[in-house]
Amino acid sequence: MTSFPRPALDLRNLRTEFRIGGRWYPAVRNVSVSLMPNETLAVVGESGSGKSVTALSILRLLPHAGARIQGGEVLFEGQDLVTLSERDMSTIRGNSIAMIFQEPMTSLNPTMTVGDQIAEAILIHRGGSRMEAKAKALRLLDEVKIPSPKSRLDEYPHQFSGGMRQRVMIAMALACHPRVLLADEPTTALDVTIQAQVLSQLEELKQAYGMSMLFITHNLGVVAQIADRVAVMYAGEIVELATVDALFAKPMHPYTAALLRAMPRADRANESLEPIPGSVPALSAVPTGCAYAPRCPFKDRSCTELHPELVSSGDPGHLVRCPVRPVGGVH
Amino acid sequence: MTTSQGSGDFVVSHLSKTFVRHGGSGARNVRAVDDVSFRVPKGTSLGLVGESGCGKSTVARAILRLIEPDSGSIVFDGVDVRAAKGTALRVLRRRMQIVFQDPYSSLNPRRTIRQTLEEPLRVHLRQSSKEIREKAEAAMVEVGLPREALERYPHEFSGGQRQRIGIARALVLDPELVVADEAVSALDVSVQAQILRLLEGLRERRGLSFLFVSHDLGVVRHFCDRICVMYLGRIVEEGPTADVLDRPLHPYTRLLRDSYPVPDPRARRPLIQIAGEVPSAANPPPGCGFHPRCARAEGPCSVERPQLAASGDDRSRACYFPETSDIAWGSLRIGAMT
Ligand SMILES: Nc1ncnc2c1ncn2[C@@H]1O[C@H](COP(=O)(O)OP(=O)(O)OP(=O)(O)O)[C@@H](O)[C@H]1O
Ligand SMILES: Nc1ncnc2c1ncn2[C@@H]1O[C@H](COP(=O)(O)OP(=O)(O)O)[C@@H](O)[C@H]1O
Ligand code: SF4
Ligand code: SF4
Ligand SMILES: [Mg+2]
Ligand SMILES: [Mg+2]
Repeated sequence: MTSFPRPALDLRNLRTEFRIGGRWYPAVRNVSVSLMPNETLAVVGESGSGKSVTALSILRLLPHAGARIQGGEVLFEGQDLVTLSERDMSTIRGNSIAMIFQEPMTSLNPTMTVGDQIAEAILIHRGGSRMEAKAKALRLLDEVKIPSPKSRLDEYPHQFSGGMRQRVMIAMALACHPRVLLADEPTTALDVTIQAQVLSQLEELKQAYGMSMLFITHNLGVVAQIADRVAVMYAGEIVELATVDALFAKPMHPYTAALLRAMPRADRANESLEPIPGSVPALSAVPTGCAYAPRCPFKDRSCTELHPELVSSGDPGHLVRCPVRPVGGVH
Repeated sequence: MTTSQGSGDFVVSHLSKTFVRHGGSGARNVRAVDDVSFRVPKGTSLGLVGESGCGKSTVARAILRLIEPDSGSIVFDGVDVRAAKGTALRVLRRRMQIVFQDPYSSLNPRRTIRQTLEEPLRVHLRQSSKEIREKAEAAMVEVGLPREALERYPHEFSGGQRQRIGIARALVLDPELVVADEAVSALDVSVQAQILRLLEGLRERRGLSFLFVSHDLGVVRHFCDRICVMYLGRIVEEGPTADVLDRPLHPYTRLLRDSYPVPDPRARRPLIQIAGEVPSAANPPPGCGFHPRCARAEGPCSVERPQLAASGDDRSRACYFPETSDIAWGSLRIGAMT
């Protein structure tokens, strides 16, 4: 690469904390990662590893009480979203940065027709007349391939299947041509056939709109199919960051390798599945030193004392938070 | 029809169940399970796969008589499950157990794990309190939980631990057939692998048979000897798991398989774009239920329903124009993703 384009979104040392029993505990611990223009960056990890909190922190959608961004920056088009006024932040939300969630039903209004909801989103963010907004809503439903979109405009969310609802959410997210889409497990609740449709649609729209996408999932199959780069999270930290090819061909962090070995595959015989012993630590019980040490077969004495940094693995663009890792990757 | 007297096999024939759904436009019949037949030989596991709403859970519940089927026969180890009454039914209930997807909603939050595990023992077995205590403790150890956990309440456990408790509850009665309805679906792969190992161990040690309902083809390939693919209440393909997944005969099996995201970026492929959605079970299409979505559909497909028929190689499929040659993983292209 000769010139480095500016990232579409740049997280620097982002730290988000929750208050539990009168004390603050970090759920996102100094996360630094850039989302490049047109890139799909997947964030993977077991449940409770901090994926959703990272996305919610970017848009400042955390609960009002008991949660705080304690440090770091979220740089977007030359501004730091962490310090932006709430008023400016609400223009960013849904306009330049949009988000879609796992369960679309919770973000759709059950008492309003689908067409009115999309039109409403357009009016709030873009203004214009109600007629124009309705026409645009129709175009969007058509674009996300809802069959007979014209009659569907006047239906309510409960009359849609799960896959169609998620496509409505995508249509709403795209209504204002966001630069960045944060997708938090958008296909986890869907059948694989519908998942495949939604994924290919997201990819197509991403190209058409020139968008960058932060795609949160715990499904390594989905990661392999759609990601350009992958950040693996564990206990609130990125423990490995690499291109999708490098991550699958040569996982460097013991946790990444363990996740890959625990996944049963449909496309070939599974010799042995190796469970990962133990579980993700609770926020209030994250070990000092390496957070993964209690579950790690490679740990040595230094692991429980020193907190490892995310550093270059030796391969360009491949970062790993484990100084002990066997040379040449863990297999 | 063979009843396999005393073989330990579980045989379901021509099972059907229709629900009446009351909606704004009056009552409608939903044929949730339509003429389903399969066999689970003792000590083996049969996977039941298909999209949401295709009838998997209805099959699972009907064979345990948690809901009453409309017709068909269910025979376990030579005993007619549907005709069983009184003591015979109680014995069957002990021999056949179910594990649900969400153990939280199926565990009573106000009871300790010990109370939950010991209750079925008191109902089913006339044994001393001491024997009952020991059985509950043994079940906990078998699923890899400490004995002390017996005195705790469900909310004190993680999802994976609760799933183990759900399995322990199914195991205390020494069942011979376990129906697992999405028993590992809600778990992270790390914990899922723990539970799958546990179930494999039980199958080997105890010769347990499994009817394993799952929408995850990876899990099914790993755990199940054979697989049944369901679509709109019917079985459309059946056979040895690896054969069916590597060389699907029914176009729907192929669609399902090729929608599975292969966890290997080198096997990245155009994802299927639009292959439509499952039609409503309340209003199924005539002929082959899959014909509105099928690329191979022709004349007879929309007229007469194809029957499940053997195709040699120990396999069967319900299709007039089955896939013929070997189809490599991911060769299906309906609109390309760039
Ligand atoms: N009690 C009921 N009353 C009316 N309809 C029902 C009832 N239970 C199930 N159905 C319908 O029967 C069909 C099959 O449902 P079932 O729960 O067996 O599907 P499934 O294959 O288990 O799906 P999933 O993968 O979502 O669990 C669906 O159309 C469903 O809506
Ligand atoms: N509102 C909240 N209050 C307290 N803790 C929270 C809250 N939201 C999330 N957490 C905790 O933060 C951690 C990360 O959660 P999350 O980002 O949701 O994980 P995931 O990777 O599954 O998306 C977990 O330990 C979770 O319990
Ligand atoms: S730092 Fe030590 S404990 Fe942590 S992942 Fe590396 S080897 Fe394992
Ligand atoms: S019977 Fe016809 S419509 Fe049905 S799956 Fe076979 S080819 Fe397709
Ligand atoms: Mg989450
Ligand atoms: Mg079900």
